[in-house]
Amino acid sequence: MSAADTHATEPVTGGRPQLPSPLTTRPAAKRTGRAAGRSRQSRSLPYLLIAPALVVMIGVLGYPLVDTIVLSFQDERRNNLWNGVAAPWVGFDQYTSILGDSEFWTVVVRTVVFVIVCVVGTMAAGLLIALLMQRVSNWVRVTMSSVMIAVWAMPLLVATSVFKFMFDSDYGLVNQLLTRLPGVDYTRHNWFLNPTTGMGIIALLVIWGAIPFIAISLHAALTQVPKELEEAARIDGAKGFGIFRYVTFPIIKPVFIMTSTLSVIWDFGVLGQILLMRNGQPEQDYQLLGLYSYTQAFTVNSFSRGAAISVVTVLLLSGIAVYYLRQLLKIGEVE
Amino acid sequence: MSTAVKSGPAATDSAGVTYRTPKKNRSGWNVLGIVVTVLMGFPVYWMIITALRPSQEILSYHQKLYPSSVTFSQFKRAMDMPNFWDNVKSSVIISAFSVVIAIGIGLLAAYAIGRFKFWGRRGLIIALLVIQLIPATSMLIPIYIQLNKMGGLNEYWGVIVVYAASTLPFAVWMLRGFIVNIPKELEESAMVDGCSQMTAFRRVVLPLLAPGLVAASIYALMTAWNEYLFAYVILQDNDKYTLSIWLLKFTGQRGTDYGALMAGSILIALPVVIFFLFVQRKVASGLTAGAVKG
Repeated sequence: MSAADTHATEPVTGGRPQLPSPLTTRPAAKRTGRAAGRSRQSRSLPYLLIAPALVVMIGVLGYPLVDTIVLSFQDERRNNLWNGVAAPWVGFDQYTSILGDSEFWTVVVRTVVFVIVCVVGTMAAGLLIALLMQRVSNWVRVTMSSVMIAVWAMPLLVATSVFKFMFDSDYGLVNQLLTRLPGVDYTRHNWFLNPTTGMGIIALLVIWGAIPFIAISLHAALTQVPKELEEAARIDGAKGFGIFRYVTFPIIKPVFIMTSTLSVIWDFGVLGQILLMRNGQPEQDYQLLGLYSYTQAFTVNSFSRGAAISVVTVLLLSGIAVYYLRQLLKIGEVE
Repeated sequence: MSTAVKSGPAATDSAGVTYRTPKKNRSGWNVLGIVVTVLMGFPVYWMIITALRPSQEILSYHQKLYPSSVTFSQFKRAMDMPNFWDNVKSSVIISAFSVVIAIGIGLLAAYAIGRFKFWGRRGLIIALLVIQLIPATSMLIPIYIQLNKMGGLNEYWGVIVVYAASTLPFAVWMLRGFIVNIPKELEESAMVDGCSQMTAFRRVVLPLLAPGLVAASIYALMTAWNEYLFAYVILQDNDKYTLSIWLLKFTGQRGTDYGALMAGSILIALPVVIFFLFVQRKVASGLTAGAVKG
């Protein structure tokens, strides 16, 4: 919806007398009003409409955000909640303590590696499946998307429980299947003793759970690529991958970028999967930023330290966030 | 064409789309498609058969890919777990209220953004998008402290408010996409015929918006139904927990009761999956296309 659209629809609404205010500030739809009174009412209408949403968003999302920042400059602990004593201000102490802590940096590096693995895995698998969905017969596509939706609809903790069972050291199917291979003995192999394989399984779980959204979104985008374009490229002599690279991909690129930035943001927030896989008490080697902040706040009981870690996480993410935002706004303008 | 189709969970599938591709040999691709389906679906299959087989087959060193006999005893044991029905009640109440609140408020805001030009519109859109980019965990601590001050800890309303607010930005964004795609001319002609803006909205836009509302509701419902972190932190009594938290009971110090856990998992996932499959087609049906041409 652009200003041009507004003007284009002008004749449709009929040449009724208009108020001498700038045309672009009010939509054409409202200028059908018979009297100036209606017009004044409709000028405040959008604000009335957004008011409840604004109140809720500022109250439940905006305020806590500001509060997180405030908290990170204080030293609020659990007993401050109960005895009513205001938390003391400590300036940048939380930040200097966090940033000077090598443990924190280990967690940051681990999180970044984890996110890269998960996002690359999800996007590659999602794109390949989306392309495959275009090439299969109708009944296969329906089967594929039904399974995807079943996976998609699985609650996070449910999916985690299933993976936990499949990789169980005693009764897990994976160990038993691997043991059947000649010369391999995985009986009672504990995948989580080694944090690398443990994190690998968690990454697999994250990727598996995220594939449906990515594949279905990309498939939807692919269906909007005009067949004629691909055919024209083929007539001009382009081969399979060339067509994809120069014709198909540029068209689905906005959706691809949006879904991958979303994946980055989501994977940064991975928490519950680890918590459940490690029976509620993840070892130090399993800490990712989101979990680390949670542990500091609710297990170590330093809310301020947890808040400061959150702020650092948000700052780390902000570069990606800005990029995502620009993409979205670009798409918003096209429409 | 539509952002909603790209970003909305339910609207994205295009089962109804027909392809005009010439007849080709697809069998190779089909085989690959089936392989992918099996790999993706296997954990779901494993969950289902584990829930249906007798306990001695679950705690076995010789797992079979199919059950030797089918029993519902795992389901019975899961449902006999303490507080199951209490937690069903919690989940239903919390999800229902947060969906209604988020979609109700979200629809108003989405209509304002999609149809009006007003000062601050762009700022609002940016705010909606920015909020989605902030990891929910970073708001957990202040929300916990604030709810503690307001007496909202261990109360349904504390969780409902949090869920409604956290699904609101995306719901607005999704609904806006659907509203923008409803031709303005439809509303305008209704208004030329004498409807007020609000009547035109109710009589013309709302019926056409049904798929969008369904899609946004599914999104809000799934978020509320599956959420665990805020529920875990805010709610404190066993009988107030939601079903996601209830699942944690199957894992104790002495190991995990996998049979009952898988049965419990199915019980939780089933309503969402069924609802999702049921409304999927509705969402995909091209209501607007018919409205313009017809």
